[in-house]
Amino acid sequence: MSYLSIEGLRLSYGKQIVIDNLDLEIRAGKITALIGPNGCGKSTLLKTIARVLTPERGTVRLRGEDIHLQNSRTVSQHLALLPQSPITPEGISIRDLVSYGRAPWCGRWGRLSGEDEQIVSDALEHVGLTELADQPASALSGGQRQRAWIAMILAQQTELVLLDEPTTWLDICHQIELLQMMRQLNQAGKTIVVVLHDLNQACRYCDELVVLKHGQLQRQGSPADIFTSELVSSVFDVTAEIHRDPIAGSPTLVALN
Amino acid sequence: MALRMGIIAGALLLLAIAGVMLGTLDLKQAMTSTWVLQELRLSRVLIAILAGAALGIAGALTQGVIRNPLASPDLIGVTAGSGLAATTTLLLFPQLAYGWLIPAAIIGGLLALLLLLWLTGDHALSPSRLVLVGIALSFWFGALVDWLLSSQPQQINAALVWLTGSLWGRGWSHVWLLLPCFLVLIPFALTLSRKLDLLALGDDTAHCLGTEVRQVRLLALSTAVALAAISVAVCGAISFIGLVAPHLARLLVGGRHLLLVPTAALLGAALLLCADIAARTLAPPIELPAGVLTSVIGAPYFMFLMLRYRGW
Ligand SMILES: Nc1ncnc2c1ncn2[C@@H]1O[C@H](COP(=O)(O)OP(=O)(O)OP(=O)(O)O)[C@@H](O)[C@H]1O
Ligand SMILES: [Mg+2]
Repeated sequence: MSYLSIEGLRLSYGKQIVIDNLDLEIRAGKITALIGPNGCGKSTLLKTIARVLTPERGTVRLRGEDIHLQNSRTVSQHLALLPQSPITPEGISIRDLVSYGRAPWCGRWGRLSGEDEQIVSDALEHVGLTELADQPASALSGGQRQRAWIAMILAQQTELVLLDEPTTWLDICHQIELLQMMRQLNQAGKTIVVVLHDLNQACRYCDELVVLKHGQLQRQGSPADIFTSELVSSVFDVTAEIHRDPIAGSPTLVALN
Repeated sequence: MALRMGIIAGALLLLAIAGVMLGTLDLKQAMTSTWVLQELRLSRVLIAILAGAALGIAGALTQGVIRNPLASPDLIGVTAGSGLAATTTLLLFPQLAYGWLIPAAIIGGLLALLLLLWLTGDHALSPSRLVLVGIALSFWFGALVDWLLSSQPQQINAALVWLTGSLWGRGWSHVWLLLPCFLVLIPFALTLSRKLDLLALGDDTAHCLGTEVRQVRLLALSTAVALAAISVAVCGAISFIGLVAPHLARLLVGGRHLLLVPTAALLGAALLLCADIAARTLAPPIELPAGVLTSVIGAPYFMFLMLRYRGW
């Protein structure tokens, strides 16, 4: 049985159809990158997988169960989403923010058990924010904020993690840090679906690429197999040469004019 | 945090005592006639506390749902809608018992909310639109009220006093109307607090943390409308407390609603009580309507918030 399978999916905002008739399988325990030009429907697809949006047609199944037939709480125990532009509210500490990740697991009042507290502390530790835990979340720099959100997702303890452009707004050092953190999560057993705009990073850090254009699946496969200059020129309209990364061995794009 | 809430509660208690002591009759006279104390001042103080708390909570819930510190039931037109419905009932069916004002005000408030959501459409969460359309709606409801008033001149005085928001002439019967509503609605508002915390993270995140976003939004807004409408039915349209109380509360105890909601209630109660005490002691024997005072202070505060707000 496949892990995450999408069948005959049609998504639209009002009359505008964003994705039509999409079939896709995502494998367990892998990092899958969704790539494609701006506005091709990556965020829309991710939100539908996360059950935030309801498809007009088609199904999203996680371990064979249609997630759109389950309630929010059940789904939130299985998958976590880091949205493209998360809202960090005023007046809460970083620890509060991370502890919200326990919401799917605790009761109406959000009281944390000792175990929950421990999970929150571990998550803060993991992203290196223990010292700042009692600072207001809205006062963080972009990089720290992104780490706080990652900690929240860690605290949620889901098997599937969806990340929508987690590296935007980050400098190169924090980008690499974040991508490595993503790798660690994956090694700890989580399945990850991530939207990335940097194709070289996608090739280097992900096991599988899913290439979308105008809401259609163009190609799917490992970077080494499918990432070619033809693909880049047909999807992004960019003439490029593909070389081999001298260190990681992954395909690397060098754009020509 | 608990300390701060304690201090606010203490201040409220002091205010309440002051409210019972102060008045146009001086204390010695008042002591000899306990009737004045009991019948008038105590009930009036209790109403100010209950209605102020209701407005504070209504504001906190509205701001939580709309994710915008500029929202409050009076700024989005809900209060005006309740006012219109209550005035209509008051003027056209004067024979109806006073208790009918409450359901009328609630229905008016809900209709105003529906109208607002329909008019703003997909942009219901854009703060500028919401406030602008809300203010336009308020004007429109206000105009309808004026029209009603001028067509029913014989009732105009009572209605006018009531409309500007006054606690004059409110007695124990009003306390008994307010109390049961609040015993239900306030705990209910508190049960929503965790959900509102999550809603503050954005719809997508709230969804992914297991919140039924639409349902929470609907419940919280309806509760806010009901609370605001009930206070409108009892004290008339008292503006700006629903805006100022939750905002101050957020500064004092932060953004977690389990603390924020009760703090906003305490502050709302304290503010309305202050306004009412000032209203009846500033220029005796004339009574200013408390609603005038809350607007005199609230409107500049709103401007200050608008100038500082960066989320347009
Ligand atoms: N809330 C919305 N209402 C209406 N249309 C929307 C909405 N969100 C997205 N769209 C449209 O749907 C299409 C796909 O948007 P989506 O955000 O999924 O693209 P994306 O691939 O994530 O783009 P980007 O790389 O810029 O983030 C776009 O044409 C966009 O205009
Ligand atoms: Mg996107």
